[in-house]
Amino acid sequence: MKESYRERGGTSVTEKQHITIKGVKEGLIFLLDDNCEFSILLDELQYKLEKSHQQLLTGPIVHVQVKLGSRHVTEEDKERIRATIRQQGNLLVQSVESEAIAPEKPEDGNNIKVLTGIVRSGQTMEHDGNLLLMGDVNPGGTVLCTGDIYVLGALRGLAHAGCEGRKEAVIAASLLRPTQLRIDDVISRPPDEWMTGDALMEFAFLSEGVMKIDKLTQLQRIRRLPIVFRA
Amino acid sequence: MGEAIVVTSGKGGVGKTTTSANIGTALALLGKKVCMVDTDIGLRNLDVVMGLENRIIYDLIDVAEGRCRLNQALVKDKRFEELYMLPAAQTKDKNAVTPEQVKDMILELKKEFEYVIIDCPAGIEQGFRNAIAGADRAIVVTTPENAAVRDADRVIGLLEQSQVPARLVINRIRVNMVKSGEMLDIDEICQVLAIDLLGIVPDDEKVIRSANAGEPTVMDPSSRAAIAYRNISRRMLGDMVPLMQLEEKAGVMKRFRKFLGIG
Repeated sequence: MKESYRERGGTSVTEKQHITIKGVKEGLIFLLDDNCEFSILLDELQYKLEKSHQQLLTGPIVHVQVKLGSRHVTEEDKERIRATIRQQGNLLVQSVESEAIAPEKPEDGNNIKVLTGIVRSGQTMEHDGNLLLMGDVNPGGTVLCTGDIYVLGALRGLAHAGCEGRKEAVIAASLLRPTQLRIDDVISRPPDEWMTGDALMEFAFLSEGVMKIDKLTQLQRIRRLPIVFRA
Repeated sequence: MGEAIVVTSGKGGVGKTTTSANIGTALALLGKKVCMVDTDIGLRNLDVVMGLENRIIYDLIDVAEGRCRLNQALVKDKRFEELYMLPAAQTKDKNAVTPEQVKDMILELKKEFEYVIIDCPAGIEQGFRNAIAGADRAIVVTTPENAAVRDADRVIGLLEQSQVPARLVINRIRVNMVKSGEMLDIDEICQVLAIDLLGIVPDDEKVIRSANAGEPTVMDPSSRAAIAYRNISRRMLGDMVPLMQLEEKAGVMKRFRKFLGIG
């Protein structure tokens, strides 16, 4: 992709070949390499803005579009890029775009990390994304997850799904007997708030801000994209 | 080279010292060369339970600080051919010795004894780290109570981190209470803790009586707890033959059922 941009001409004057700056009618386009380390990119960006392209980039206000190729970046990283460019004063960042499709994936439940082991009392398992735990969570153990939590075993401890703010997150377990469940910022304490019979193959979810428990077979109803089989 | 086994539990009062004393004695009864080490510095009990309190001259701290040689501190139990004990100090605290020092002592003892049974203090702090430093294996003692099982779980987690394989002893089972559902049953505990069960010990008044008398329960074959501890130690020996262990386990359960009159 990077190559094709360069063939099209542009005003590529890079030395390290990680950042290409292109002039278009609306302003400037920063094409960032999507293979190298993110820190290298930041350093190079800083260098270009302050040293090598100083003259080019000073003057009247210019709109800037940043294209990240297929790199996966967090909102934090995007903000760091914005901050770096903003230092220049006259550069106005219009957009920071990434063509990567993956960041959307965890929310669909397609991107799952599988871990095997027992989370015992006093232990905490943290994960960024969706988690499938093959094993138990014992009383006193904690599982923290930014996405969904699926436990193929007994959940007897504390599980916190969507812990950085995701109300759609669910907690499912073969045996759902937690000491406490948290989704986003909602906390529920069984059995005061809910108690089910056999606790087998159930999941917890938020419905209008209230924790609900249902059979695992009902999970497809609250998911937006259930699999439809063409038979 | 012998084997060092630490007896631990996390929670206090579940029977670590009783278990250490009885397993050590039972192994000695089976003709093994055994040394028991009390690491509960400042709160030593093992000597009292064994009835060896009045024979202590040097202790673990004396060895650590170089006031005596290791075998000068060992107290011999006259009732057996090859049963010794390394007592803890009663004056200092857990920080008076480092895990490395304990490890060196255990290593030296392992050269001489077939089994080194380490009695661990309650808690998961320095005393616990000292006790597990030289251990090859662990026996986790719990009772059928939620608090004890919770602490056992925590301790098993810490042992796993230190790569000490652990087996479980469930102590003080009250058959009637388990039967009526008032007490956690064995299956429930094993499911939560998910480690191998080494044995179960029924609650028995004779344990308290003999501990006060300074005679390990194991020596009294009329006690049910004594039989349980003897089975446990036989299972420990039978570790090289895994099949025997299973048979033994079933045997105990069978005997249990027979005792209850349901098998």
